[in-house]
Amino acid sequence: MTALLRLAGVTVARGGRPVLDALDLTLHAGERLALVGANGAGKTTLLRTLIGLEKAQAGDVIAFGTACRRESDFRPVRARAGFLFQDADDQLFCPTVIDDVAFGPLNLGLSLRDATARAQAVLAQLHLSALATRVTHRLSGGEKRLVALAGVLAMEPEVLLLDEPTNALDEGHYRRLLDILAGLPQAMIIVSHDRWFLNRLSSRVVALQDGRLRPAHFHSHPHTHDHLHLHIDGADGHGH
Amino acid sequence: MSLALERNGTIDRLGARPRLLATLILLLGVTALQGLPAQALALGLALLLVLAGGQPLRPLGRRLLHLEGFLLALLLLLPLTVPGPALLDLGPVIISETGLLRALGVVLKVNAAILVIFALIGGLEPLRLGHAARGLGVPLRLVQLFLFTSRHIEVYRGEIRRLRDAMKARAFTARTSLHSFRSFGNLAGIVLVRALEKSARVEEAMRCRAFDGRLPAIAPEDEGAGGALCVTLAVLAALALLLLDHWP
Repeated sequence: MTALLRLAGVTVARGGRPVLDALDLTLHAGERLALVGANGAGKTTLLRTLIGLEKAQAGDVIAFGTACRRESDFRPVRARAGFLFQDADDQLFCPTVIDDVAFGPLNLGLSLRDATARAQAVLAQLHLSALATRVTHRLSGGEKRLVALAGVLAMEPEVLLLDEPTNALDEGHYRRLLDILAGLPQAMIIVSHDRWFLNRLSSRVVALQDGRLRPAHFHSHPHTHDHLHLHIDGADGHGH
Repeated sequence: MSLALERNGTIDRLGARPRLLATLILLLGVTALQGLPAQALALGLALLLVLAGGQPLRPLGRRLLHLEGFLLALLLLLPLTVPGPALLDLGPVIISETGLLRALGVVLKVNAAILVIFALIGGLEPLRLGHAARGLGVPLRLVQLFLFTSRHIEVYRGEIRRLRDAMKARAFTARTSLHSFRSFGNLAGIVLVRALEKSARVEEAMRCRAFDGRLPAIAPEDEGAGGALCVTLAVLAALALLLLDHWP
């Protein structure tokens, strides 16, 4: 199997403390890697290091077979590894949804017409066409997350780096995101605290602890517990 | 991050209000200077003030370096643009003596002013500086604007940095192209819109904690005898410089 992204002995320090400490990681084609770890363990830093937003003090970042050191080395990498930010508000900055989704394709050198067409196609694929002319700023939290994902997918990346994609999503948007991601062919690294979500999607699990990665796995066992359901008065149904 | 520099020199033990007042007096004096000797002397005195204050010089050096970049442009442009007797005639380009003197004057005065500000009020927390300004009769609204700016400037710096990272993550590189200009315009626009909304939320949260429009309380300062001495010295220094400038 070919390695799409690889970190070899990478150290990233912040404030004198190593967040990543001679860390090794390999993402192979077709893999969906779940990355777990405590708050502040350095999961986001790891993703940012892969696309050069964080500089490694030591070790090698090898993306698509090329060792990357300088900012100019990472530019082509960012076109091929799509990064979904933890907070969609960090990502959406154009006035309308269609502008924002077309932003990436425009950066790849597409003409305005082609970029807009591609943005429309991605929005249609994610069943978001109705949002195209909406103002990004006024979308709901769930809509923002899906539009941000559309903006990343419009670049047709080979790898997806997803930083806590399920954060603060309601059940409807959560389901839609899960279905979309499950249907995508790309290799991905998913950072999340949501074990159920990771268990559904991932093919391999690693845990980040004390700056190093350790293999991990989910296991399930029967468990007796109460189910808490919300029933809205006057509404029918009991969805499980 | 605090805007104030952490330090503990002689001057830093004085009250905030006399320090601010002394700064204003000295700045008024320095800006009025017209002759090169007085301007040079002002810079020398300001440097002495910094040294006498016993403050670390490294942060000062960094801040001055930012400034010198701007001044360099002036130093290059003024001799070419101000009319006056020619110092050097290069055909189409004339370097004027008046322009050169004026540029030197600006460089000396601006540096002197920055050194005075650094020495006297550079170590003040924004809140103390705000109270001192209020104590000198600056309108409350202006003081609050200053305080909120100092509190939130880092928040927006962070927001802009994250947005820029996200733009980079989508393969954006700044070029001289319509797409680049539009993208930066969108960036500026969204930061302004969000700042406006955030300010409304911050105000609501402050009102929920019983904020009634006055300055947040801090313990009253002991201004002591050093304050009066500090202001007197500032007045004397400013007068001496002005006298030297007009009746050399």
